[in-house]
Amino acid sequence: MEYLIGIQGPDFVLVAADNVAASSIIQMKHDYDKMFKLSEKILLLCVGEAGDTVQFAEYIQKNVQLYKMRNGYELSPSAAANFTRKNLAEYLRSRTPYHVNLLLAGYDDTDGPGLYYMDYMSSLAKAPFAAHGYGAFLTLSILDRHYKPDLTREEALDLLKMCVEELNRRFILNLPSFSVRVIDREGIHDLEKITPSTK
Amino acid sequence: LPLICVCGGLSYTATFLHMNDNSGTLLNFFMPSFLSSAAFTCRSLAKPSLTVRRPFNLSHGTTTLGFIFQGGVIAAADTRASAGGLVACPFVHKISPIHSHLVVTSSGSGADCMLWERILRREIRLYQLRHSRCLSICGTAKLLSFMLHPFKGTDVCVALTLCGWDKELIYVCSDGARLQGDIFSVGSGSPYAYGILDGSLRWSLSNEEAISLAREAVFRATHRDAYSGNHVDLFHITAQGWTNTLSAVGMFDTV
Repeated sequence: MEYLIGIQGPDFVLVAADNVAASSIIQMKHDYDKMFKLSEKILLLCVGEAGDTVQFAEYIQKNVQLYKMRNGYELSPSAAANFTRKNLAEYLRSRTPYHVNLLLAGYDDTDGPGLYYMDYMSSLAKAPFAAHGYGAFLTLSILDRHYKPDLTREEALDLLKMCVEELNRRFILNLPSFSVRVIDREGIHDLEKITPSTK
Repeated sequence: LPLICVCGGLSYTATFLHMNDNSGTLLNFFMPSFLSSAAFTCRSLAKPSLTVRRPFNLSHGTTTLGFIFQGGVIAAADTRASAGGLVACPFVHKISPIHSHLVVTSSGSGADCMLWERILRREIRLYQLRHSRCLSICGTAKLLSFMLHPFKGTDVCVALTLCGWDKELIYVCSDGARLQGDIFSVGSGSPYAYGILDGSLRWSLSNEEAISLAREAVFRATHRDAYSGNHVDLFHITAQGWTNTLSAVGMFDTV
């Protein structure tokens, strides 16, 4: 029901998430933010079971901030992704596994931009583009077709809009708006929300 | 209403996504099966043994709602407690005050809600005594959510809406959801209430209009939903605290 997407460019990562918080058939909120800011240049996008998402994401968020307080410098996106995966794996075979699907997007000053795909089985993959949710079935082929590694920010935003339009046309659930953010050398920037036009 | 039932499993062959529309015809969709983590996890161990059967039916019938407008926060609920097809009690108070500027509407299992309201009241009072100030609504919701987390996966079923000053409305449920918003309705009658509220709710309503809108939304839900009914309780929270119009007062007051 929920949708996450990330597209990595040569010097930025573009991420978007839908804004619906649902409870069975009811949309409880239309403006719910599914992105958690782990540090100045790392975002964690989290969807999945109702309470698990916020609990797990906030736990990771506070631990990343604690690392900075203790050591004086921030975790790199790769380190944060591996830390997150380790926690997911530890809880997987416990009595309280976290059923969450994640995208971690960040910018490292030495390695550049990075997008990490994680799922509830605690798999981890660094990918140039990724998506979560039923909407991913409809949009991954669009990303396969039109993505190129050196795409500009405008091209990435157009690609994102193409994916959102396809969801609007073919996905049975109504996702009225999407939050969009970009991470680059200067940090995290909010872009305008995307509201797909009526069919 | 269409029901979607995904047939998952550990097999790697594709499975069917069954969808029933209102006409009763079965539509089949070809979807790859999702690997279920149930085989790897032991969440079921958290559930108590099912060999002891409850002597009554557990049911979650209710209509509660809350919304924010220019004059403060309104909380409204019906007063029927149902156990399966039986109206166990026609005059239950589903909205209870936590302190002078916070009320909580409850839905789900009646016993669980009563217990957790008491626990919340105790914790908020302890915080007030220890820190000489009232915990914020956001903090209260977070505290409640964290207290409920260990019981996730068990039969505890509470869905509470905290309505308080400063104009805040937060929905907390035992599944772990914690949502802040301007309008919430919870319970089996909530879709009917949303239908009335979404059409007529405006920020600029006067106090009388807001109260009558809340009452009408609950009334329409009680008309259609079998598990909601009897009277309508209503609380109005402003900077001066809460005021209420209880429909039924008397021997079942739990405050």
